[in-house]
Amino acid sequence: MTSRSSSLPPEGIRRRSLAALYRHVPAQLLILLAPPVGWFGVVYLGSLAILLLSAFWYLNPVTSAVVHDFSLNNFRDLIEDPVNRVIIQRTVTIALAVTATDMLLAFPIAWFMARVASPRVRSLLFMGVLLPLWSNYLVRVFAWRIILAKGGPLDGLLGLAGLQGPGFSDVSTWLVFSYLWLPYMILPIYAGFERIPGSLFEASADLGGRGATTFRRVVLPLVLPAVAAGSIFTFSLTLGDYITPTLVAKNQFLGNVIYVNQGVANNVPFAATFAIVPIGIMAIYLLIARRLGAFDAL
Amino acid sequence: MKRHGSLWLRLATIGILAFLYVPLLIIVVYAFDTDKTQAWPIQGLTLDWVGVALGNGEVRDALVLSVQVALAATAIALLLGTLASFAVHRYSFFGRGTISFLLVLPIALPGIVTGMALNATINASGVGFTTLTIIIGHTTFCIVVVFNNVIARLRRTSRSIEEASMDLGADTLQTFRYITFPVLRTALIAGGLLAFALSFDEVIVTTFTAGTEKTIPLWIFDQIQRAHQLPVVNVVAVFLILLSTIPVYLAQRLSSDTTGVAGR
Repeated sequence: MTSRSSSLPPEGIRRRSLAALYRHVPAQLLILLAPPVGWFGVVYLGSLAILLLSAFWYLNPVTSAVVHDFSLNNFRDLIEDPVNRVIIQRTVTIALAVTATDMLLAFPIAWFMARVASPRVRSLLFMGVLLPLWSNYLVRVFAWRIILAKGGPLDGLLGLAGLQGPGFSDVSTWLVFSYLWLPYMILPIYAGFERIPGSLFEASADLGGRGATTFRRVVLPLVLPAVAAGSIFTFSLTLGDYITPTLVAKNQFLGNVIYVNQGVANNVPFAATFAIVPIGIMAIYLLIARRLGAFDAL
Repeated sequence: MKRHGSLWLRLATIGILAFLYVPLLIIVVYAFDTDKTQAWPIQGLTLDWVGVALGNGEVRDALVLSVQVALAATAIALLLGTLASFAVHRYSFFGRGTISFLLVLPIALPGIVTGMALNATINASGVGFTTLTIIIGHTTFCIVVVFNNVIARLRRTSRSIEEASMDLGADTLQTFRYITFPVLRTALIAGGLLAFALSFDEVIVTTFTAGTEKTIPLWIFDQIQRAHQLPVVNVVAVFLILLSTIPVYLAQRLSSDTTGVAGR
């Protein structure tokens, strides 16, 4: 107490200014909001704006320098070239297939974790699902490249039954993406299952609902937001990825076109135009996901 | 729970776990393969590649750069994410609902969009591609994980303990130091860990914001494509898998801690 009162005078000024700040809400908000909003506004939103802007620029055909002038040429090239349509179709199809596959795989293990396993087993399984998520993305793709290679482990295993693996193809892309993003689907669905009060199962059983009926009419509607939340990750991550298609397949994805144009071809304006495609697709997807309540389950 | 249903469920769970872990096991096995070409079945076991990897300067440089970038991005994200979460949780203002939506955009939209946007901006502004541009790119998607963790903790913590502290004579800073910060500590660690891991793992945004420098994922990507020292890549891969057990263990510890804080 004595040490406290002896240091009162200098503290007095500090206290008074802090007290003034405590009463001044706009000043507090300014201090809290200016750094994150400033950073985000300038770096992220500013970049998105420049991305949209540069989508209308074009290369000077002679000098290959970027002409900062408005033109719709990139958009015309994007729509008119049938190759681009095939690439976009392939990317969206595989992204949807991966999302559906991960839903199917996530349901049983998430249900087991949330509703059947003992607390000990549950926390072990939880760590078991987390570990692949935290381990390096490229390491996991590299593993599949070894597995899928011609004459690799998968071919060796399937060879015993007289079969052959998918090699490097669209099928392998689908398989590897499903593998990579599976934890992103398991975790929200697990959390969704865990939130359902046990009494609902009893109520459904009391009203004559069998296992399958209860699942379809009680459980499914309740975890739908969680499924939609997980599907945002599986869909969005597949949509923009060009690393996996490069390493385990030969076919081009959306991302490959962007990557090649900003790198090797050095056509940043066309790459920017192409980057608008995933933004558009995701906008539609997020609108649907929001309808299903995904944002409350994130 | 019906018995037979349970059996199928158990089998499915085991099958899915196997699907998740067999590829990781294969990486580990091949790291000790004597043969350079990684054919099946493996030719024999050796520890030679570990030595080769340890002596590789490129690997060391890439690891150091990755750690530097991840530390810087995490530090900035911790600061900005915490500030934003306090603003959104404690105040009501115009555009409050938009902030959490905006912050989540860099991970809800494909990484290539963030990458390409930053790439177009760096190109147009002529600042040049450096370590700094990688850090800026990573921070953009790291802010949201800190924000989510901190705001979740703030929502579960009653403000009355802060009021009690002030009633007992503590000023704003003392209250923050002795009450608010200890309550947030585990949430900050969890958010920071996740931010660090996201940055350490990021390939796509890095590709679009890096110049000639290579982070460890970029180095691996390069090596796989050139296929010329794959056994070294394998050893690095095993090292990274081992490394990832640390945050998983810590996350598990933290989540058991969290219940304690919420229950108090």
